Amino acid sequence: MIGNKKDFWDRITSIKREIIFTIIGIVVIVPILLGIKEEVQISPPVKSAYEAIESLDPTDVILISIDYDPASMPELQPMLKAILSHAFRKDIKVIMMVFWPLGLPIGTEGLGEVANEYGKVYGEDYINLGYRPGDRAVMIDMGREIRHFFRSDVNDILLDTYPMMRDIHNYNDIALIVGLEAGRFGEFWIQYVGSRYNQRIILGVTGVMAAETYPYLQSGQIEGLIGGLKGAAEYETLIEKPGFGLTGMAAQSWAHIAIVIFIIIGNIGYFMTRRKERRVRIKGRKE
Amino acid sequence: MLEILSVWIAGGLTLCILSFLYGDNPVYKFAEHLYVGFSAAYWLIYVWHFTIKQMVINPIVAREPGALMLIIPLFFGALMFSRWLPERISWISRWSIAFVVGIGAGIVAIGQVQGLLLPQLRATILPLATGNWKTNTNNLLVVIGTTATLTYFYFSRREAGVLSKFSRVGIAFIMIALGASFGYTIMARISLLIGRMIFLLGNWFHIVKPL
Amino acid sequence: MKKRIPLVITFITGFIIIVSFFIPHRPFGQLETETLIWYAIIFAFTLIIGVDSLVRLHVRQIRRRKKGWWYSIVFFAGFFYCLTIGIISIIRTPNPFQPGTAFFYGYETILIPLQSTMFALLAFFVASASYRAFRARNIDATLLLIAAVIVMLGRVPAGYKLWHRLPAIADWIFDVLQIGAMRGILIGVALGAVAMSLRLILGIERTYLS
Repeated sequence: MIGNKKDFWDRITSIKREIIFTIIGIVVIVPILLGIKEEVQISPPVKSAYEAIESLDPTDVILISIDYDPASMPELQPMLKAILSHAFRKDIKVIMMVFWPLGLPIGTEGLGEVANEYGKVYGEDYINLGYRPGDRAVMIDMGREIRHFFRSDVNDILLDTYPMMRDIHNYNDIALIVGLEAGRFGEFWIQYVGSRYNQRIILGVTGVMAAETYPYLQSGQIEGLIGGLKGAAEYETLIEKPGFGLTGMAAQSWAHIAIVIFIIIGNIGYFMTRRKERRVRIKGRKE
Repeated sequence: MLEILSVWIAGGLTLCILSFLYGDNPVYKFAEHLYVGFSAAYWLIYVWHFTIKQMVINPIVAREPGALMLIIPLFFGALMFSRWLPERISWISRWSIAFVVGIGAGIVAIGQVQGLLLPQLRATILPLATGNWKTNTNNLLVVIGTTATLTYFYFSRREAGVLSKFSRVGIAFIMIALGASFGYTIMARISLLIGRMIFLLGNWFHIVKPL
Repeated sequence: MKKRIPLVITFITGFIIIVSFFIPHRPFGQLETETLIWYAIIFAFTLIIGVDSLVRLHVRQIRRRKKGWWYSIVFFAGFFYCLTIGIISIIRTPNPFQPGTAFFYGYETILIPLQSTMFALLAFFVASASYRAFRARNIDATLLLIAAVIVMLGRVPAGYKLWHRLPAIADWIFDVLQIGAMRGILIGVALGAVAMSLRLILGIERTYLS
């Protein structure tokens, strides 16, 4: 700003936030209303996660850990449903457990919904262990015997009552752990279970956690990584079952482009304003 | 009927929270306090069902071997409430805290070394002459990035020389990592907004396919 | 006595966990299992302490009629509603957290929309913050900006349509460029965590006793 006059460049560096909010709202709502569908390209980490489950047999058991809550539901619930669909299609047995208490009801709902779709029977094809406090303590001791912490399932029925649990005692009987992570628990699975018990792990994480999970992928401590809503969309594409992941991709694209445009406009305005101020200073010095 | 009422209440509460976009207001504060109150009681129900009932009461009622010993941690847990009592009694809550802190410290010490330090250091020792120039370049970038970042964090004395310049390289890598992380964070936040919009437009207004 | 016994407890429990890692056989393995179960039960009470503190705070707000005290009544409305439906659901069903229970109904009606929307709000603020704060003021800021823009575009289908190599470049940033920095940060944090853990076990760090 030169003097008290705001010129064009000053104005574009100070767009009111209400305008930005409105534009963001519009670019998210319009693609949803128009029902625009977008295809996604499959990235290697998601492909690896898919291959990890694809490589399993019907005799195998996977453990899915629900470590998220409704705040991260839009990103991780589609992953849960896609992975369950994949597992149930291959007749792989599923054990679900929860470390984020607020995630149990949504995890239970997702599990029940997909299990019903594939005609799976509780106790024979899948089971829900529920929650226990102590996070790392539970993870470590499950390597000895699951029943030390989980003598019963979420319905308060003894685990040995269920046919599928009779031969499952610890991680030796679990082929793969699938962690759906909104926080640090993915690292705990890697550090306390993956390293200690040589357990195979794949993680589905929110966009916020994705970047810091890549070192574990590169070191081979996890076999695959599904990151954010795009990761969920990629997995849905791989299993050929479109869901919320793919539905949200168009709105995601539009919103990202809008934000990038805002950033570019802001920077152009910043540079032009700086250039003008420099010119005025030089002119002032000459005078 | 209950289903419709649930959707309307959920939709209304969503709009209450969204009203924060136009500034802090009583409607938003109402919704926020409702959420905090509900969550607080949720934790109590959880602890009762999964800890006290399933981990302590059920084994004792079933007369499992060693189950009576579980009264000891229950007692120590209850001791934590002594912190609200006068100082001459409240010090006893430290015993329970000390137990939790000791176990936590032991777990962290082992897990961080075995599960993080050793594997990550091992993964940084990469071959730099593999015969494929792309792999060589990538591996070199990973090695330089890791060592430069550690140099920046651990040798923060400002002095001229190789160490200072190498720290500068570390800063560059950190900036790239933070930028990438921020880009992914924006994606995460937009995804959450998309989820809410589909709920409003689909489940509530029935304009699009519901969640 | 008041501080010595807790320090001894911290040392013994930490020692058991570390030794059990190296000697997993009897009696250390069994000792570790028992200790971990006790830890989980006691840990659950720390969650109750948190709730207790919150309830006391709101009771104080109402008693002293501080500004905005009526919001504390809203807090208790939500609190007692959840407690009531939770108790009813526990009595009626073995699993109160499943669809179909009164508890799940309350969770779906109140908790999901409130928590989801609170975090969804951040999308607007993050967009506004990006516009205002993301300026290429110097080389470091420019690197951050370029990386963020490439990732934002590369991670959506529109990025592929703009330039088909953009997703591959974004993947390369994650797989190569940012690994070093993230790993450096993780290693730094781990070293700090190990140092702190040893200080706690050895009784050098005592702030948790105050």
